[in-house]
Amino acid sequence: MKINDWLKSNTFHHSTFWDLKKLVEEKEQQGLKISLCIPTLNEEKTIGKEIVIFRSELMTRYPLIDELAVVDSGSKDRTLEVAASYGADTYFSGDILPSQGFKRGKGENLWKAIHQLNGDIIVYVDADITNIHSRFVYGLVAPLIYQPETKYVKAFYDRPLAFSQGIRPSGGGRVTEILTRPLFSLFFPELTALMQPLSGEYAVRREVLEQIAFPIGYGVEISHLIDVYTRWGLYAFAQTDLDKRVHRNQDTRDLGKMAFGILQAFLNRAEQLDMVDVKAETSQILRQFQSREQRFEQQEFKIVEEERPPMIEIPEYREKFHA
Amino acid sequence: MTHETSTGSFDTDSAPDEAALNLVAEVKSCRDILLANLVMAAETPAPTFGEEARVRFLLDRFRESGLDHISSDEVNNAIGFLPGASNSRTVAVVAHLDTVFSPKEPHALSLGSDRVQGIGIGDNSLGVAVLASLPLLFEKLKFRPQYNLLLLGVSRSLGRGNLGGLRFLLENTRQKIDEAICLEGCPLGRLNFTAVAMMRGEIRVKMPDEYDFSRFGVHGAIYHLNELINRILEIPRPSRPRTSVVFGSIEGGNTFHQLARDASLRFEVRSESDEVAGMILQKIRFILEEVRARSGVEIELDEISWRDHGGIGFDHPLVQTCRGVMESLDLQPQIGPSMSELAALIAAGIPAVTLGLTRGHEVNTLAEEVEIEPMFRGIAQILGVLQALDDPAYNEKGAVA
Repeated sequence: MKINDWLKSNTFHHSTFWDLKKLVEEKEQQGLKISLCIPTLNEEKTIGKEIVIFRSELMTRYPLIDELAVVDSGSKDRTLEVAASYGADTYFSGDILPSQGFKRGKGENLWKAIHQLNGDIIVYVDADITNIHSRFVYGLVAPLIYQPETKYVKAFYDRPLAFSQGIRPSGGGRVTEILTRPLFSLFFPELTALMQPLSGEYAVRREVLEQIAFPIGYGVEISHLIDVYTRWGLYAFAQTDLDKRVHRNQDTRDLGKMAFGILQAFLNRAEQLDMVDVKAETSQILRQFQSREQRFEQQEFKIVEEERPPMIEIPEYREKFHA
Repeated sequence: MTHETSTGSFDTDSAPDEAALNLVAEVKSCRDILLANLVMAAETPAPTFGEEARVRFLLDRFRESGLDHISSDEVNNAIGFLPGASNSRTVAVVAHLDTVFSPKEPHALSLGSDRVQGIGIGDNSLGVAVLASLPLLFEKLKFRPQYNLLLLGVSRSLGRGNLGGLRFLLENTRQKIDEAICLEGCPLGRLNFTAVAMMRGEIRVKMPDEYDFSRFGVHGAIYHLNELINRILEIPRPSRPRTSVVFGSIEGGNTFHQLARDASLRFEVRSESDEVAGMILQKIRFILEEVRARSGVEIELDEISWRDHGGIGFDHPLVQTCRGVMESLDLQPQIGPSMSELAALIAAGIPAVTLGLTRGHEVNTLAEEVEIEPMFRGIAQILGVLQALDDPAYNEKGAVA
């Protein structure tokens, strides 16, 4: 019954934390610094709004966050210009830790942010949210502020438009329900309690972030969950319901690529933990098909789940934070 | 006329004015909060008669700003009250909450580096956002007026709402209002202090159920509506007082080849004279009556909203104060009549003006957008007028008026 107990004690709704004045007081009492990182790639349409809302509500009105940064993978549009014009600190991922080189991927931005940003807690929020609200940040950092034993808080979104009965199904998106939760059910049953394990919004203590490896592609979230779970256990996690998230919808083929990356990352972890033994050599090519003038043809996509080591292993980082 | 503020002495008689520019800079320093309020207001749908969510947003903002008296009434007006130091007069700042858009339309805004794009942004989410931000701007300027300040987010203004929220409030409040400023998102430089007589109506033509469409040569609803339009256009309209009839929208039928069963026309009669507007409306009713009797088709006139003609004079101290502040900010006043909340205020005997806040484009379309930079001057203009109204010199002139 551990899952039910955990759900009871570590699953929250953002409205629980409506009192931002109290939250800021508690944060200041603990002497915590909080950094917000928005990883971007061509997000000029939504980035300005996110920054304005977070700066106004969580820096000017209630000083909950101390640093707001956009870490970009090389946008071709005006993402960084718009972000800077609204007062965010902006970085090209390749300029951070140049000795480590540059890899293109969201996980790379998240990893580099650990070195660049100064907070004791880092909150990651995706840039493509069209219904942005300050709850996307305070809902995630609040459990870390109020519960010292909590290390990693994950967002989930659960607002049915209409429901008439007492029980209703709850869960994640297509990749979660078709791939991730079945995998967790097989190998890590307790992790199934995370409603949306692949959500891009989470807040994590630095002491945890610096200790875990970062796949740079689709596998970053699932690897985090497995690493934190195996090292610190289920009670290191909490999750917060942020109601509704409106964002771009991905088509099934894109989800196929995502699932392929996630599966690679999962198998890596499962092998490292001696949970599976994949004897055959696996391919990094995802094959999808299309028809052209009534003839079918194959499309090949190379999806490689490269991985960055725990940040604590990087000398420049140790010098900056543990000298 | 001068007024002391934290930004210096605000001189409304000369331009360009350093204090005015300082005021713009102060407003600009609150950009994040202004834009955040704009995003939150605009992304909260508020169709006419369905403004509840936007009322909650505004009341929350008033509450967070520490206003003493915050309430909403039975028609969903949102009210905030800042008692004045002397409590002798009350100035109202009014913004209508409703927009012409259904909640089903996408309300997400896009914030670029110089423009904000989204439905209802100029009409009138920006007005609501400024209303929500005023207490904070006052705090920033360390401005606490002698008069009471009444902040009114009014419901049911547009279309069939017929200024219902504000009319209800004016009919039922015990709070005397001495002057009022109405906020409209666009255009910057707008200065309205008169209201034209106006009637908006919808003519609906419907073919009777038993009508025999199989007879060759019979006419459908569009034909009859066309006849009505031609007859209305024949009504003589005087050039003085200025009078016009506007056909705003027309609908009817479903296909290429079938006679239309239904057709409708939305129109507006405007005049600088209540009497002339009434006369034209009377003639429209007569034409409808005649065509109905002759053709046997069903014709209805739905009289949706009305305004009385009225206003304050160009030489009224409130108008002169607004002109002075606009001049100091290098804003060219665009003077013209209004059919907005101003009409209800003037009908209630309250001197009032409508001011615009920024430049807008494609207003009331899905591509609606407003410019950010001019917004700071537009908001400084509102603050400048509110400061000038606190000047003892204004009170003397105002009392005379």
